[in-house]
Amino acid sequence: MRTQYIAVLAVAALGTSAASVRVAPAGGTVSGKVTYTGTPPKMKPIDMAKEPNCAKEHAAAPVLTETVVTGPGNSLGWVVVYISAGDQGSTPGTATVRLDQKGCQYLPHVLVLQPNQPLDIYNGDPHSHNIHPLAKVNSEWNRSQPAGAPPIHTKWEQPEFIPVKCNVHPWMHGWHVVLATSHYALTGEDGAFSLQGLPPGKYTVTAWQEQFGTQSQDVTITGNETKAVSFVFKATPY
Amino acid sequence: MGKLFAVLVTIITVVSTAIFVGHVWWPPVDISVHGPAIDRQLRETMVMAGILFVVSQLALAVFAWQYSGPSDARKLKMFPGGPIPLVVLAILLVGIEILALTFVGSKVWAGIFQTPPEPNSLAIDVQAEQFAFYFRYAGADGKFGTVHPELMNEAAENYFGLDPAHDTSARDDIVVPSLVIPVNRPIALTLHAKDLNHSFYVPELRIQQDFVPGMVIPLHFTATQTGKYEIVCTQLCGLGHYQMRAYLEVLSQDQFQQWLKDKEAQQ
Repeated sequence: MRTQYIAVLAVAALGTSAASVRVAPAGGTVSGKVTYTGTPPKMKPIDMAKEPNCAKEHAAAPVLTETVVTGPGNSLGWVVVYISAGDQGSTPGTATVRLDQKGCQYLPHVLVLQPNQPLDIYNGDPHSHNIHPLAKVNSEWNRSQPAGAPPIHTKWEQPEFIPVKCNVHPWMHGWHVVLATSHYALTGEDGAFSLQGLPPGKYTVTAWQEQFGTQSQDVTITGNETKAVSFVFKATPY
Repeated sequence: MGKLFAVLVTIITVVSTAIFVGHVWWPPVDISVHGPAIDRQLRETMVMAGILFVVSQLALAVFAWQYSGPSDARKLKMFPGGPIPLVVLAILLVGIEILALTFVGSKVWAGIFQTPPEPNSLAIDVQAEQFAFYFRYAGADGKFGTVHPELMNEAAENYFGLDPAHDTSARDDIVVPSLVIPVNRPIALTLHAKDLNHSFYVPELRIQQDFVPGMVIPLHFTATQTGKYEIVCTQLCGLGHYQMRAYLEVLSQDQFQQWLKDKEAQQ
């Protein structure tokens, strides 16, 4: 019994380390950093006075707008880097993806998923939200989710960059990025990305930022190599 | 049955009159310069309509009581001269009363709302959209930036569609979700609706004005008491209508100047 218990713990520990360390699958890797030049727009503090619950929650540190999130060394966050052409070896997305509405924010601000991948939307606030994805290729929808309501189970069928807004709280804004490939990465504030497990071949790597648009570069992978790719966006203050 | 009806009508009349006379459901304390004129008009309307209401309801009760007996002899066979003169008289009386109220009331309303704002008014732009209000102040340069509807972008907090890249007067415009004003200073609002009809209702200000898409509607007032009040939308504007509100904060002159300075520094 005790042996079994230890075995279960060991498997669980292995699973956890695999998830956190992300052991690189066989194949080539494209990695690098997304940065900007110039002066990016100043992110403004969001005044949530209309929703006293949320205003109270963020009273100490107001939430900033997230259209251009930067980090040290001119790095850019919330950039989606993905294989836009020549993709091979992709696997369908099966794990359920979670979107939270908490403190009158979409968490995460940019959500990346694949067609038909299950998506659960939760309302963790003590008041209603109204999720309105402004889809054009997929079907647009608009649903109210009161406090304590069960999660909305949904999915997107076609690849698309979908802006999502809350009809009740105009400052709430996020993106659902539906990609046909499983080779994608979302940058954090350090701007770093890594696309792994790429079989040999010619690829187009694209970086998408919600305000600055897209940039693409061609990369050829020949074996288990790591190719360095950098994206530099031009920022303007307005 | 007729007598029971007469008693019920009398009770309803007395109770509802008592509710009005006792000011049980009465507007909150007025905080505006123009409010007393509105309140006076409201009282006059209530008194005139109230007298007519009490007289007609009690007359109904008396007739119901008087002519509900089992004896045919007590039933009223015919009004003197037939029913036509009575109906014409009623229409004339009620019509004159309604016309008189409309004439006097619209004069009071026009005297407040159809007049130009005072020259030293603080100009504030208001934008209503599903389901929020936004307020814009001209900023340090005293000039509002031009509105470009195609540039409206909630994600970047550009609710008014300003173009700071090309329009320098738009760069210092202050946009906030609360209406913050100084006490005792005339305020001139300009109302815009982004999507459909909304309404600007502040009971304490005695103001209820619709927003209409495509129309620029001026509205001016002066608040006489500091405090925090609720601005609510009173035009059913969609699923989230019940959550469409903002706050009116009336500050002292000094507090307002400080608030304005803080906001200008954030631009």
